[in-house]
Order: sequence, then C-alpha cells, then structure tokens
Amino acid sequence: MQPVEQRDEVEMLSLMLLIRRFEERASQQYQAQKIGGFCHLYIGQEAVVAGAVAAVRDDDYIITAYRDHAHALARGTSADACMAELFGKETGCSRGLGGSMHFFNRQNHMYGGHAIVAAHVPLAVGLAFAIKYRDEDRVTLCFFGDGAINQGAFHEALNLAALFKLPIVFICENNLFAMGTSVKRSTSLKQIVDRAEGYDIPGEIVDGMNFREVRDKIAEIVSSIRKEPHPTFVEVRTYRYRGHSMSDPASYRTKQELEKYRLDDPITRLRAQLTREGNLTNEQFDQLDKKAKETVLASVKFAEKSPQPQLDKLYDYTYANGTKP
Amino acid sequence: MREITYRQALNEALAEELERDPNVFLMGEEVAEYNGAYKVSQGLLDRFGPRRIIDTPISENGFAGLGVGAAMVGLRPIIEFMTFSFSLVAFDQVVNNAPNMFTMSGGQFNIPITFRGPNGPAHQLGATHSHATEPLYANAPGLKVCTPATPRDAKGLLKTAVRDNNPVLVLEAELLYSSKGMVEPPDEELLIPLGQAEVKREGSDVSIICYSQTVPLALATAQKLEDEDISAEIVDLRSIKPLDEKAIFDSVAKTHRVVIVEQDCPFCGVGAEVCYRIQQNIFDELDAPIIRVSQEDVPMPYNERLEKAVLPNADKVIAAVKKVCYA
Ligand SMILES: Cc1ncc(C[n+]2csc(CCOP(=O)(O)OP(=O)(O)O)c2C)c(N)n1
Ligand SMILES: [Mg+2]
Repeated sequence: MQPVEQRDEVEMLSLMLLIRRFEERASQQYQAQKIGGFCHLYIGQEAVVAGAVAAVRDDDYIITAYRDHAHALARGTSADACMAELFGKETGCSRGLGGSMHFFNRQNHMYGGHAIVAAHVPLAVGLAFAIKYRDEDRVTLCFFGDGAINQGAFHEALNLAALFKLPIVFICENNLFAMGTSVKRSTSLKQIVDRAEGYDIPGEIVDGMNFREVRDKIAEIVSSIRKEPHPTFVEVRTYRYRGHSMSDPASYRTKQELEKYRLDDPITRLRAQLTREGNLTNEQFDQLDKKAKETVLASVKFAEKSPQPQLDKLYDYTYANGTKP
Repeated sequence: MREITYRQALNEALAEELERDPNVFLMGEEVAEYNGAYKVSQGLLDRFGPRRIIDTPISENGFAGLGVGAAMVGLRPIIEFMTFSFSLVAFDQVVNNAPNMFTMSGGQFNIPITFRGPNGPAHQLGATHSHATEPLYANAPGLKVCTPATPRDAKGLLKTAVRDNNPVLVLEAELLYSSKGMVEPPDEELLIPLGQAEVKREGSDVSIICYSQTVPLALATAQKLEDEDISAEIVDLRSIKPLDEKAIFDSVAKTHRVVIVEQDCPFCGVGAEVCYRIQQNIFDELDAPIIRVSQEDVPMPYNERLEKAVLPNADKVIAAVKKVCYA
C-alpha cells in the first residue's frame, strides 16, 4: 500500500468491500463445515480498521483481538492466506495452526489475532515500548472491543503506556455488545472514552460508520505521536451486524436496532460520498464489488486445494529451535 | 431413574442448591440473561432473580476474587468460568487466595467456594481455548478438583462441591454437555462424595484409568478390545483430588496391567501422580510397566487433523493396552 497522504479512498472502499465479501464467504464456508472452531465476523465494522490503516504507514504496528480477519486483510494479508487459515491449511497466515482467532502476519506488522479478552493490550504496550526503546517514529495501533475494558490487563496496560509515554493508539471498537452483554450492563462509566481520563491519556470519540472521520482523527493523533511519543485513546462507535460468533443468534437485541445501523452502513456511506463528489460511478462501484467477490471466491478455491500441515511437523513450532525438549 | 443430559444434570444441581441454601449464588459471564454460554444456567435467572444469578463484565480475576471475599464472610459462591481456559486470567485468586486463606489465617477463614465451567480441549478452538487445567489446579494444596464424565456424576459432584467447606473446582466436560445418562429423579437427593472413583465397566485383563472426556473414549475402546479378547476394566477417577487410591489399587490388584488415559498434557500430568502411587504402594501387583496416553506436549494446533493427532484416541489406547498385555 501507498503512504497515507496518497492512499486512495477508492482503494479503501475496495478494501472494505473485500472485508465484507470475505466475511460473507467465511460464514457460508463455516456453515458448510469447511471452517471449525469459533468464528467471529467483522461485518458492519469495516470502516474502523480501514480508516485506521489508511491513517498510518505500513511499518506501523497493529494488533487486535479475535475478530481479526479484517485486520489481517487490511494489513495486506492476501484473502488466500486468510481463507486458508480458516480452513486450517499449511498456506494459511498462521500455517493452519492458529485458526480464525489467531491470525498473524509478521512481515506486514500484524501482531495477531488474540483470543483471550484484553490479553493482547499489554502486548501492544510492549510493541510500543520497543518502538521507543529503538528510538523509531512508528506507532502501535491496538484494537480491542468494549468488552475488554473491564479486564485487569487492560487497566495495567493503560497505566504503563501513560507512565512510559509510549507511542500507541488504543482503539476501542465499541459495537455496544460483548457477546450478549450490552455496554450499559458491563461498564460503570457513561462513556467508554472516560476510561482514558483515569490514566491521564487523551481520549476521543469517533463515528465508526464514517470512514473519513476515523481516518482523519487517527491521522491527526498519529502525527502528534510521531512528534512526541504518548498514548491516546479512541472510542470508535460501531456495530456488528451478525451475532457475536457463528453460534450466537443475537436474540438480546432488536431487529429495529440492527436495521437502524444497517441504514448507516459504512460502505454505503463512503460510496455515496465518493459518488456525490464525482469520484465514483455506479459502474465503477459494481466493478470493485465484482472484483472483491472474485478475489474471495478464488481464495476458497485456493484454500480447498492447499495442503494440510504435515503430521511429522507437529513439534516444529513448539520451541523456536524446532527441537523437542 | 430417568435419562437427562449432562447439561440438565448440572442445571438441576445448581437449582437444587440455590433452593436449599440462601447463601448460595451463581456469578459469571453470561450466566443470567443469556442463560449461560453453554446454557447450563438456563432458566435460573427467571427462577431465582438477579440477586442470586449474576452477570458480570469480562473480569475473571475480579469476580473470582469477589467470590473468595464473599466466602470469607459466609456466602457460598458458585463462580462460573465461561471456560477454564479463561480461569487462567484468575489464576491468582484460584490458586493463591482461595486455597491458602485457611492456612494463612491459622484456620480462621475457610473458603466454601465452587469454581465451575467447561474444561479441556473441545473442537478446533486453538491453543488459547483448549486447556485441560486439572493438573495445574490439583497441584495447589488446599484445592479439590473433580471431573465428572456422566450426567449422574455431574449432578452429584456439583451438589457436593457446593456443600464443601473448601474451594472445589468442578471441571465440566465441554464435549459432553449434550450427552445423556440415567440420573435419579429430582425428589431423590443425589450427592456423590469427592474422592470416590467408580468402575464404569468391569474387566479382568487391564485397568484403564480415566476421567472426564476420556471416559467415553475408554468405554468405546473397551468395546473394541472385547473383539480381540481383551477384557478392560474402566476406572473413572471422577475426582482428581482427593484421589481414590483404594479404587485404583483394587482394580490393579485384579488386572495387574494399567493404562492411564488422561485429557491433559503429559509433563507433570494427572497420570504421573497416579503412576507414582501405584508403583509406590502395589509395585508387586504390576505385570508390566504402566503406560500413559495423554495429549502431545505441544500447544493445541487449530488444524483438525493435527488436533486429532495431539489428543488421546482409540488407536493410541488400543496400542497401549496391547503393549501392557504383551498382546
Ligand atoms: C478472558 C476471556 N473471557 C471470556 C472470553 C469469551 N469471550 C470471547 S469474546 C467475548 C466478548 C468480547 O466482547 P468485545 O470485547 O466487546 O468484542 P466484540 O466481540 O464485540 O468484538 C467473550 C466474553 C474470552 N475469550 N476471554
Ligand atoms: Mg463489543
């Protein structure tokens, strides 16, 4: 991808389409039992990760929780490698060993895919620590859900980041629910962003259905961090259209609530903005969507014909030197 | 007797204990309004109300500790971990506070708490979500650990755990929630003591010692071994700690050959302790070295084929049995 200033909005719209089509296809393949374990879809939240990566350089660090397919794709991991991971294949982004919740891509600075709620927030602080230690001007973007902010690990991590003035953006993807628990029932604060205040970390609220707002706000924060390292907290308000995971019917929320958010769809919004400004025709949009669908369909074929990890390599990835103790 | 699922059996145990003792409450993630991530607490919120069936934020260390504190002043908390893999976030409370309090306070504060939830590898959940935690907890002095494999044992052990005056972990079997079995009717009190194994199948050639998810595996394997004229006795430990030495020794004295089928990882696993006790106490009864079948010593891979290779299975158990029987 190109550096941030020139990164094209049409390109980012394509990314959002790719994420959506990927997740739809993953859902279908899960139902066909090609994918096992837990599988959490990102549909509805696309503008958050797209806006965030559009605001940073490719060598900045990103890390997230288990709803991670989109973050891997946004970081340039191919749909092939992502789908193959879901299929548990050798060609997957974690060699078929991680699965849906544990996507990694070292080369593209995507540091996971972490399935224990909030356990990766201290890791993110470690990434940021290393940046400062080496006197680099990178930043770390740490994504997590609204459910993560009540874990001890989260609080300890925020304090450490503030204390050591580390270059990190904490991005809370507030989709109003942690599984079946609404934020109102999980958190004593009126608004999540106020968590930051307790650690003297500046906080912002951003509309996560609006790609441009996410990108611009994070770009502004990141440029200030590059000048002088410090943590910042962003509460991004978004919504997941699907259940928590493939096995959740989401009966704890109303159809009307879901419909309200779908009308505010992040892809439709960016498309409308670009069309209104004369930068995208309907034909062009259809073309982008067609391409996204084709890429994803090809990824299923790729995953299907990819080899399984070999049984005799079972012990190769337990210790770094590849030997059995 | 009637046939119910493992899930229903646990649900009945919870309901009966909540009914019996007003100091008992159930707390955990999604236990109330969602009726439990695995629906074990189905209907309990409706029946007992939000004072006693309590949803928490994702704060395992916090609510496990809350339970220990409440137990210090006489409440009898049942703390649900959505899975025991997440109990690792609360390790400090479960291992450092709950079991040490009684000793440290010179016997002033016992901790009558139950920690429960699914434990052990399920299906393709990957390394972070597949922990078999029984050896971790059984290693801590002051904790009791049970691992029911049938609906009847699940109900009887959970009820006993709630009434115990010490911290007890009820490690449920994630893959067995929907399995069925015969259980006494609800009007008959069912309590199964901790530390009592059960012979789930009589046999004469080899003792297969197992617990939790490896019990159905051992039973199915025993059926196959029958075809090869090997008669396997299946000893379900039911409790890891206290451990029923007598039941183990009785079976070994009868068959003289032992295979331990455990769901945990091999290093310092449950089978290591069982092995030690057998050779220490009834060495002369053994006609062959004991073999342990456990997981491989690797973080759990997501890939289905590799996961199968990591877990105990019928082929591995049969090979081990043949080896100890020199067959
Ligand atoms: C320590 C821990 N506890 C519980 C879980 C089970 N769990 C997985 S996701 C989740 C909800 C998290 O919600 P949120 O952080 O809002 O993220 P979202 O799913 O909305 O993206 C829960 C309870 C877990 N994975 N880790
Ligand atoms: Mg959420």
